[in-house]
Order: sequence, then structure tokens, then C-alpha cells
Amino acid sequence: MNLECFSSGSSLMHRADVRCKIISAFFFSLVVALCHTLFAPVFALLIASVLLFLAHLPYMKVLKRLLMVNVFSLLFWLTLPFTVPGPLFMELGPLVISRPGLALAALITLKTNAIVLVVLALIATSGVAKIGHGLAALKLPSRFCMLLLFTYRYIFVLHQEYQRLRRAALLRGFRPATTMHTYQTYGNLLGMTLVKSWQRGVRVQQAMLLRGFQGRFYVLEGRRLAASDLALVALVFLSACGVVFMERLSSGGGWS
Amino acid sequence: MTTVLLDDISFSHPDGGQLFHHLHLAIGSERVGFIGPNGSGKTTLFHIIMGLIKPDCGRVVMDDKVVADSKAWRQLRRQIGFLFQDADDQLFSPTVLEDVAFGPLNMGCDGPTAKSKAIATLNSLGLADFDNRITHKLSGGEKKLVALATILVMEPDILLLDEPTNNLDPATRERLVAILAKLNLPMVIISHDFDFLAKTTDVIYSLEHGHLHKSESIHLHTHPHAHVYGDHPHDHGG
Repeated sequence: MNLECFSSGSSLMHRADVRCKIISAFFFSLVVALCHTLFAPVFALLIASVLLFLAHLPYMKVLKRLLMVNVFSLLFWLTLPFTVPGPLFMELGPLVISRPGLALAALITLKTNAIVLVVLALIATSGVAKIGHGLAALKLPSRFCMLLLFTYRYIFVLHQEYQRLRRAALLRGFRPATTMHTYQTYGNLLGMTLVKSWQRGVRVQQAMLLRGFQGRFYVLEGRRLAASDLALVALVFLSACGVVFMERLSSGGGWS
Repeated sequence: MTTVLLDDISFSHPDGGQLFHHLHLAIGSERVGFIGPNGSGKTTLFHIIMGLIKPDCGRVVMDDKVVADSKAWRQLRRQIGFLFQDADDQLFSPTVLEDVAFGPLNMGCDGPTAKSKAIATLNSLGLADFDNRITHKLSGGEKKLVALATILVMEPDILLLDEPTNNLDPATRERLVAILAKLNLPMVIISHDFDFLAKTTDVIYSLEHGHLHKSESIHLHTHPHAHVYGDHPHDHGG
């Protein structure tokens, strides 16, 4: 299990301040998500690709991620052109493909890919611990940040505990099949994992109590913002403005 | 010097079995080892000392004052450091530095002070450059030592260690022996590892059937045995 396969590296994006990256990614994604024309997301996709290039991520892994995302886009291509009413594009036997349907499917695909690329370039280049701290520094509710950080801390431990139980079952000749016995066994495995997680939760809470926890989390001081961090925010902000400009320009006479 | 007295403690499990029967114990002056079979209540006794479990009757007294309200318990927890059996329970922050700084921050230190205290403690345990490591990626031995750092950074007067050598390799175990020897703190150690207790403690109590028995003198003896794995000899220190 690896939650952070893009987080190690020394590229420009890896070194940038996580708070700046979160703000940039959020703002850019918001602008892209609100687009209605096809031209603006194309432009956004280009910018996102540039950002991704700056992050020096392994291309095969990135392509794999995009493939996973586009499986969902494929579902839109298989349904929207046939269901959205509007002017006819072409007829396929009994099926009718509409122009607005095609346009909508294309729009969703472009937007999705642009946003995923931006998130890969800006967010995935930080580890979960850093993202948690970044969110806390941006004054998000501390409960939310702690939930994220504790999940990150213990998801591996719980996964290991589950794996241990599963291995113990396999070593005693358990073979999963479509039988009542299998369901019961998996039920027991999940149940035991849940009980163990609960007990661990109690022990962690005791550990916190013993070290003087009184319901308040303190965050160690983060690093100071560098000029390059602010430059990144400015760059992404300007790009987003460019996307808005394209949107305005092409919505005058266009597709939809 | 801090002393803690368990006065007339009795405790039974909710499901029946009685663990302690009017037990008396004073800690804080020497290094004590606890041995006893599984389920004899060694860990439960630590939990009672720290106020995590309320005994059926009896009281915990620290420095001649009964520990009764939550403020007194907070004070006691500050003065007694408790090392859990499983370091994964104790290390809950994403990075080592944050975990070690957690205690000092709760005690009211500001960020930079907590940070420098944490780094000094890590350095003193030979864990320099560990501050930015991710806790769940540490090895078992490293986790144990970092967990010890999270306790020591709070500058306790007494240490309670619950089976500290479980799952440690010989090298880390020796490292722990050396660290504890240097600390000069009274401590209570639960362990099944006689050799470790002999090296780290002055007295050994055995806990059986709800009573503590003092083992008057540790009887160390030599016994010949074959070293099957001659490639990996171990040292008997004599």
C-alpha cells in the first residue's frame, strides 16, 4: 500500500511551499470546474501539462493514473451522447447521437483531466503529513486536519493488522469462494480488525492523555514563504485568469 | 525526589477474576523489576498508577498527597513517564519531531522551545537527524527509542517501562540497557527478560495471585550451553 507514490523528489513543485500549492490547486480547479465552453478547458489542460512537466513525475505512473480516471470519462462517452436531447450529430441504426451530448462528454473529459493533472503536479508532490500541516496552517478546522493526519498515521497499522489476520487464515487452508463459510470468515476478519482498531484508538487516546493532552493541538511553526512560492501562486493565478479570459472570449459565439 | 505510594489497592476485572487484593507498594527510590505470568495484572498496575484505570478501592498517593482530582492526575502524569508495550500506540504524530514535541507543547512550551527540547532529547538518545522521519516508516527498534524520547522530553522523575525489550534485536536491546543505565532515574520495569532486569534493576518483585513478593537476591548462575549458530556468537560479559 503506497499512498504517496509521487511525493518524493526534488523538482520545483516538490520544493514549493505546501500552503501555496494547496491554494493554487484549489483556485485553478475551481476556475476549470466552472467553465462552460470547450476552448477554456483545452487551455487549462495545456497549463496543467506544463505544471506537471515542472514536477518531473514518472510518466508511466502518471499515465496509469490518467487511465484510471478516464475509465470514468468513458462512462460519460457511452451515455451522454445518446441521452442529452438536441440537434442531431449522426444516426447509428436505432441510436441517435446528439451534438450537445458529445460536447458535454468532451467538456467533462477535458475538465477532469486538467484538474487531475493540476492536483498531481501541486498536491501529490507533497506527502500527506505536509498536506495536513498545510491545511492546518491555512486555518481549516483543526478536527478535520487531525482526522486526516491520524488516518494517515494508522491506516498502515490497521492494514497490517488486517493482513496478519488474513494470512493466518490463509495459512490454515482458507480459500475464498462463493460460500457461506467465506462470507463468515471475511465477516470475522473485518470484525476483528474493527475491534482491534477500537482498542488501539483507546490506547492512543491514553498515550495522549499521559502526555498532557487537553483537547488542543499545537502546530510547530512552519517555514517562511520564499519569493519563489509567491511566484508560483501568482503564476497559477494568472493562468487561471487566462482560462477565464478564454471562457469569456469563446462563450460569445460558440458551442453551447 | 518524587515518591508514589499505592495504598491498599484492590482491583477485579469486570468479568470476575480478582487481580489485586489490598496491595501496598512504594515507588520512587530505586530501580524495580516486575515479573509475573501473563495476565497477572502487571500492566493493569501501571494503568492504576497513571490513573487510566480506577481501582475498586485504595488510593494513589504522590509526595504525601492523595491524587484525587484531574489537576492532581495531570501533575502525576507529568512526573511519571510511562513507556507503552506497543510503540505504535505511543507515536501518533506523522513526524518524529512533532511526536517528541507534543508533550512539551501541552506543558505550555512555545514552538521553538518545544522544538529545541525535542531535538536535544533525540540527540541524547543517539537519534540525531531523526526529526523529519515519518513515524510509521521507522523500524521496530527505532520506534521504541523514539517512544522513549517522547517520555524523556517531559523530564519525568520516575519511569514505568512495560516490557521494553519485546521484539527488540540484541543490538537495540543493549542500546536500551546503556541508555537506562545512564539515566539515573528511579524506574519500574515489567519484563520477562531476566537478563535485562538483572542489568537494569536493583530489586525484583514477582506478582502472583494479587500479591507482590520480593525476590530477596537475584541469583545469577552460569550454565554451559552449545552455541549452535557459531557464526553469530553472543557475549556473556564475563
